[in-house]
This record gives sequence, C-alpha cells and structure tokens, in this order.
Amino acid sequence: MEKMMLLGDEAVAQGALDAGISGFYGYPGTPSTEIIEYAQQSKQAEEMKVHRVWSSNEKTALEAALGMSFSGKRAMVTMKHVGLNVAADPFMNSACTGAHGGLIIAVADDPSMHSSQNEQDSRFYGKFAMIPVLEPSNQQECYDMAFFGFELSEKYHIPVLLRLTTRLAHSRSGVIRRNSIPQKELKLPEDLYQFLLLPAIARKRYKHLIELQADFLKEAEQSPYNQLTLEAKDYSMGIITTGLAYNYLRENFIDQPIPYPVLKISHYPLPEKAIHQLYDKCDSLLVLEEGMPVAEDILKGLAWTGTKPIYGRLDGTIERDGELNPNKVARALGLPDTEGKPVPAVVRPRPPALCIGCPHSDSFLALNEALKDYGKGHVFSDIGCYTLGFMPPYNAINSCVDMGASITMAKGAADAGLYPSIGVIGDSTFFHSGLTGLMDCVYENANVVIVILDNSTTAMTGGQEYTGYGKIEDVCKGIGVNPDHIRIFKPLKTNWDEMVRIYQEEIAYNGVSVVIPRRECIQTLRKKNKMETPE
Amino acid sequence: MKKDIILAGVGGQGILTIATVLGAAALNRGWNLKQAEVHGMSQRGGDVQSHLRLSDQIIFSDLIPYGKADMILSVEPMEALRHLPYLAPDGWIISNSTPFKNIPDYPDEEQLYAEIKKIPNNVLIDADSIAKAVKAPRSMNIVMLGAAIKYLEFTPEELKEAIKMIFNRKGERIVEENLRALDAGINA
Ligand SMILES: Cc1ncc(C[n+]2csc(CCOP(=O)(O)OP(=O)(O)O)c2C)c(N)n1
Ligand code: SF4
Repeated sequence: MEKMMLLGDEAVAQGALDAGISGFYGYPGTPSTEIIEYAQQSKQAEEMKVHRVWSSNEKTALEAALGMSFSGKRAMVTMKHVGLNVAADPFMNSACTGAHGGLIIAVADDPSMHSSQNEQDSRFYGKFAMIPVLEPSNQQECYDMAFFGFELSEKYHIPVLLRLTTRLAHSRSGVIRRNSIPQKELKLPEDLYQFLLLPAIARKRYKHLIELQADFLKEAEQSPYNQLTLEAKDYSMGIITTGLAYNYLRENFIDQPIPYPVLKISHYPLPEKAIHQLYDKCDSLLVLEEGMPVAEDILKGLAWTGTKPIYGRLDGTIERDGELNPNKVARALGLPDTEGKPVPAVVRPRPPALCIGCPHSDSFLALNEALKDYGKGHVFSDIGCYTLGFMPPYNAINSCVDMGASITMAKGAADAGLYPSIGVIGDSTFFHSGLTGLMDCVYENANVVIVILDNSTTAMTGGQEYTGYGKIEDVCKGIGVNPDHIRIFKPLKTNWDEMVRIYQEEIAYNGVSVVIPRRECIQTLRKKNKMETPE
Repeated sequence: MKKDIILAGVGGQGILTIATVLGAAALNRGWNLKQAEVHGMSQRGGDVQSHLRLSDQIIFSDLIPYGKADMILSVEPMEALRHLPYLAPDGWIISNSTPFKNIPDYPDEEQLYAEIKKIPNNVLIDADSIAKAVKAPRSMNIVMLGAAIKYLEFTPEELKEAIKMIFNRKGERIVEENLRALDAGINA
C-alpha cells in the first residue's frame, strides 16, 4: 500500500479516515491541533462528508462525539491534555454510558510544557475512568491504532483513550496505509436507555464497567501492541517501556541487541501477567515512560512488598519532570552519556513575542497607561497569544491559569475589594469558557472591566475559526451587560487617546464593563491576502 | 549510513522547507526519515529547531541524542550556537551569517562568528546576500541547504530533483528561483 510522510497527529487522522470515521470533534490545542486540521484539508474527508468543524470547547466536542457514537457511527474527539480537564465530566460519564459506534478520545500530552501550563499525564484519566488506553510508540502505530481503537471500542461498547505526546504528535515519518473501510450506517443502540445515567441505571452501568475490567485486561495481555521479549543476556534488570520510551531505549542499542529483557507496553490496562513474568525473571526493573510515572506508580503501589528494586522517575533514576530523551535513558541504563560543547555565553534567550503590529500590543500599552495611577497587580489574563503581554515591554498581566479564568478571577478579586479589577481574555477563549463567568459577573453586578481581545481568530494555535465569531457584543448584551458599557475600539497607535479614555471611563464605572479592542490578527490577515493575490 | 541534522532558526525563517526538500531527496533514495518539528508557542518569533534524521536503516528515536548530530544547519548565527550540545565532535556547523535581531540584547555578531569558527568543521556564509544576488531573495533557506549538501553526501542532482518535486505546484518561477538559490549555495 501507499506510504505517506505524516506527523503523528496526521497519521491518527488518516487512520481514522481509512477506518470509516464519520465525525471529528475538538477544540484546538498544541500538540493535538493537526489531527482536525489534516481532516479539514483532506479530499477523502470531503468526499466521505466527515464532520470536522471546530467545537466551542473540549466538553461540547466530547458530548457531540458521544452523540455520534449513540447514532452508531465512528467518532473521534481531539484535544490537548488540559482540554480533558474541561471535558472531564462527559469523559468520566461516557465510561459509564459506554459507546455504540466506535469512539476514540485522542488526547495529546505535552511533557516539558513546550506550549502548555502543565504536564499532566492523560493515562491517569484513563485509569480513573477505567477504560482502555492506547499509547502509540511511532507514527505507524498512530495510524494502525485508529483501526484497532474503533474495533476495541465497538467490541466492548466503550470509549477508548488514545494518548499522544508532543514528540510523536509533531514528528513526521513514513506510514503505510491499509485499504479503507466504509462508514457505519445510522443505527440506534440496542438498549435505548444505555446513555441514560439515572442512578438506577447508572449503578447497573457502573457494575457493568467493573465487570468489563477483566476483559480489558485480557485484551491488553493479548494485544499486538504489548510485547514481552524475555530472551536476553543479562537478567540483572528487566525494562518496561511505555509508548514512545521504547524508541529511546532502542536508540541506545542501535547496533546490538538489547542485553536486557524488555516489555514494550502501548495498550493499557497494564498487562499484569507479562509484568509478573518479567519481575520473576529479573533482579530489578527499570520503568521508562514519557510523562508522569503512571506505570511505575501502579507497580510500586502503596503496599508494595516486593523485594526487588524498581527504578524510574519516582526514585530519581530519571528526572521526575520533563520529557524523556535518548540521553536520559542512557543515564538510567548506566551507559556513557554524550554531549556536545556547551552553549556559548554570548547566546541570548529568544523567547516568543507578540508579532510586530499585533493588535494585542496596542491594547496592552493603552491599558497600562489607563492603569498607571493604580500600580501593578490588577490584570487577570488568560491563555492565547495575548499571554505574551506578560513579556516586556508590556508586563501587562498578572495571571494565566486555565481558559476562562481571567473573568472569574477578576470577579473574585473584585468581590474581595480589589479595584480596579480587570480581566483580559481572547475572543476564542471567551467563547470556550468565558461566557459563563461573565454571567456570574452580570448576575452580581461585579465591579470588573472585562477586555475581550477580538482578533477574529484563534491565533495562538495557528489561526482556527471559532464558534462565536462576529457575535461578541450581541452575546454580551444578550446576557445582560449594560449596552452603554460595551465599548469597542480599533487598537492602533493613532487611536491612543480614545483607547486610554475608554479604559479609564470603564474603570471608573461601578459595574460590569466589556471593552472590545477589535482588529484582525496580522498573521491570518497576511494568509488571506496571500490567497487572494496568487504569486 | 545515517545523517542526523539539527535545523535551527527563528520562527518564520523557513527551516521546515529545508527539512521537506532534504527529506524528499532521502526518500527518493529509499531511505527512512524522522523529523521532529516545532509547532505552537515557540513559533511566535522565538527560536525554533527541527531534528531531521535520515538513514538507510530503521530509525527509532524522533530526537537526536546530545553529542550525536552530524550537522547543525542554521539560517541564523546565534541560533546555530544554541544547539551546540547536540553536535558530535566531528560534526559540521553550517550557518548563515545574517543575524535576525528581534530582541533588545542581541549580541555583537563578531562574537558569534568567533564562536562558530571555534568549531573545527564550520561554514559561515552570508546567505541573505547570496540569495538576493541571484534574484531569489525569499530562498535564503535553500542557499543554506546548497551550502550543506556536500557535507551530507547528497549530490546536487538529487536536491534539484527534490526541489522540483516540492515546489512544482507553486509554479515554474518559484522552482527556478529555488534552483538558482541551491546552485548559489553549492558554489558559495
Ligand atoms: C482547555 C484548553 N484548551 C485549549 C488550549 C490551547 N489554547 C491555548 S490559547 C488558545 C486559543 C486562544 O485564542 P484566543 O483566545 O482567540 O486568543 P489569541 O491567541 O487569538 O490571541 C488555545 C486553543 C488550552 N491551553 N487549554
Ligand atoms: S499571531 Fe496574531 S494575535 Fe498572535 S501575536 Fe501574531 S499578530 Fe498577534
């Protein structure tokens, strides 16, 4: 079959398309964004009429995918790791309702926090929800696991979590395709109350989920993605790898067989039998995982009574935080480490910055001016390009926690008596999670100024559309913000006096103000212009 | 045979295009490829890097180990130095000399050049000027690729073939520009 060069993310999307998916749902987030972007550009997806429009947030996306699964069709939800926090409610409950059409929840973790607020490991969620987890170790497995995941999901009527990590999601390699299979027909679940989690039904569903655990374990033990190689030269140590970690192990034994027995795990729950076989045979275990010590934690447990040592991230054999790499694995194996020359002292950091001409830049400078008599510490912000307002020369914001928190933290601070209390949020973030917080403000007439930075796009993740485009002031009016205190300006140096005055007037107003600086992101503008004027 | 290359630059300078062209040349040989890219936060004018691994054998790690890269190929002099811990003792550092100054404390260029020249295998060329001189101002990245290929043991023909494949859909003029840039880099 045809070989394609694909990012891990793209391989997941192509696999899902070839496996007859009917709908992708998701909200952008590095490093997961390219799954849906790939599907959006795919001719095949267009011909198959696959749903691939962005949702308002990860929760709405997961729920929609669950609805498609209810209807008997194959669906996939995509998000970054912290997106699963937003979608945690439907996620946990979908383990109880189960699936009908195959349902894959593809979550991309970001160890080392290349573009994230934390490095949480989604495998914990998989265990929490008691559902099978697949963790590909290379791009080919990304592709193949779309087929495998849908089959597993339909066999047990259960959602399957597909865990990706940055280095796989954003690394390109050759992928061999299979014959594609047709989409599923619309078909209702046999039990029309399967998805109705009233306590009486939910209790039964939960018992059923518990019963399924033995099946999930059996599947993992027989899985083609879990491989135990017991034959080895040296039994002083047995090695367990999860996901991507296997590659770093192999990298350290490129011209020779690995001297130790190895259990490669890419399908959870942990295959207990294989682990016992390995443990019995070896004097110690080394656990290599990308992300948090999930498997290691389970192996050691609280009541760990084994006498043989288990090495990994918990005992410091491998750094507790940060992504894995071949050198960390070499050190854990006691192999000689390699390192080139140090970075010369003349090299300066080059952090990301707002683009020259970015609308946010003017919005922040004017806000600083309006706030200069009040001192620092009044601006709660959020996640997006505008978080770079933290950097000099702006130094304009004091918080960035989770999407939507700017508005609600500003409210809480205003409740505590902080004045002025400002929330600065992006347009896409506002429709993701800001709306409900603004309703809290309106309900209590909190003394806040909410700045909604309207650059017409979800810029941070590369310029995706968002659901509330063009509706900001109408929505604000609709939920009860006084129209006199919804103020719009165009963030440009030439409008300096107007911008500062509007901020000042709204700071002076005792109640909920919404200020909307409106000018398109110059990157998306440039892209559009390029499309209109062919080279 | 394997070639492990760290591509370096600043977001928007076109290092992924270098990877795509070089990758296509490797694939035409029937080689394997892995290419770790940078997306997201770090693209907003920050430093970017890509790990490009080419081999006639199976490739495991998506990341090149520290101290093992055969080459650092950089479109910006300070960025060339940022990745020195990856370079093998006998590896090549091939860098554009034109600085990209978007930070207030950008160091003195001469200091950067001196550091680059401390690496025994170094090539430092003014790829921006070379690209302009051959009327391909947007192909500075391909000039750099041209300067690198002999140390990577790829032939000009292999790269020309790859350029035609990759830029074909952008039209003849773009293909020609990039072929001129490649030649200029090879002869630099
Ligand atoms: C729960 C969650 N989902 C997704 C992300 C990834 N993410 C961070 S910022 C952002 C978009 C911000 O867009 P917008 O609010 O319009 O601001 P802009 O970048 O355009 O300035 C996204 C998708 C995240 N950090 N958390
Ligand atoms: S991408 Fe757009 S929103 Fe982001 S910094 Fe650049 S101009 Fe501003």
